Amino acid sequence: MDWTNLLSISLGAILINNFILVQFLGCCPFLGVSKKMDTAVGMGFAVIFVMGLASAFCYVVNLLLVALDLEFMQTVAFILVIAALVQFVEMFLQKMIPSLYEALGVYLPLITTNCAVLGVALLNVQENYNFIESVVYGITGGVGFLLAIVLFASIRERLAVSAETPKCFEGFPIALITAGLMALAFSGFSGLQVW
Amino acid sequence: MNFKKQLKEGLLTQNPVLVQLLGMCSTMAITISLSNGLGMGVSVTIILTLSNIIISALRKIIPDKIRIAAYVVVIAGFVTMVDLLLQAFLPDIANSLGVFIPLIVVNCIILARAESFASKNGVLASAVDGICQGIGYTLVLLVMSVIREFLGSGTFGGGILNGGAGIRIFPEEYGALLLVLPVGGFLTLGCLIALMQWAQGRGKKKEGK
Repeated sequence: MDWTNLLSISLGAILINNFILVQFLGCCPFLGVSKKMDTAVGMGFAVIFVMGLASAFCYVVNLLLVALDLEFMQTVAFILVIAALVQFVEMFLQKMIPSLYEALGVYLPLITTNCAVLGVALLNVQENYNFIESVVYGITGGVGFLLAIVLFASIRERLAVSAETPKCFEGFPIALITAGLMALAFSGFSGLQVW
Repeated sequence: MNFKKQLKEGLLTQNPVLVQLLGMCSTMAITISLSNGLGMGVSVTIILTLSNIIISALRKIIPDKIRIAAYVVVIAGFVTMVDLLLQAFLPDIANSLGVFIPLIVVNCIILARAESFASKNGVLASAVDGICQGIGYTLVLLVMSVIREFLGSGTFGGGILNGGAGIRIFPEEYGALLLVLPVGGFLTLGCLIALMQWAQGRGKKKEGK
């Protein structure tokens, strides 16, 4: 196993190609549940969890599809796997770790339609990652999501109480402008390289 | 059949992107040239209309508890069809849209219309709704692509006009690269939604008087 390779995949997923701010995957929950800090953190951890699991499962499912010559069914198969996975995780948590289940609450079912999760499964196939690389990419992609949503939520909490915005920019538009400035900061990472 | 009213809702008062705030990811990600915007808009419109028709036709058969999963399967089927068709006939657009074509499955516009309209209305009305909402989405994509492409790289109609290169309006080195980067997506959409809110505020004031 090549550690530098894994390191560069992780760094790429967290900073250089951040799922939200550079690749635009997962914008809906990013903009939707970032009004309060604690919900943002909950959503972030739920996404890490599901993205890691989804990468692993979709990798196996893809092997099966390739073996059966059914690659064109990827999209349908992946979304079904993810939907089933989210449902399963929900039931499992409810039974085994009720405290975590309550903390994540409504965010779990929402993850099915988070395009970062389906996106990571499709990107793993596109990049020809092996099993370990896929899982690492999934988890660190989720970490990148957590990082972005936590930063964004803390800015929005401040904006809500202290900033005076022009009337027509109130609410969503100013959040988008904020996200744009964050994306600008993150595009500064694009020169970063791991040897 | 109230086609006019539905069209007005799709284009303006209930515009899926600017008012309902759905389908942000693809809107911001791919709008860097006119061909991208048009390709994505038309694909989504076709998928939205077809899935609305099927879901509305099946609305009495699908059990309530697993309806979301059933919707997603229907949508994924149509997305796969469009994906394969694009790869076969328009490989350039398929390449530049990349992973965002299969990701139409999780585009919230389609699922939201299925849940809030197609599952409650007849086939014909759902088809009209799909077309109108799709046109509204396409319109926003086109406006965003034109703005970002013009300010970012100084061309109009990239990928379609002038043999794919687009019509050059000012030299490329004067373009604001910022707008073609992800930043530009957030900023342009933010300003468009602000414009929409301003227009709505004005509309309300007029009615008040």
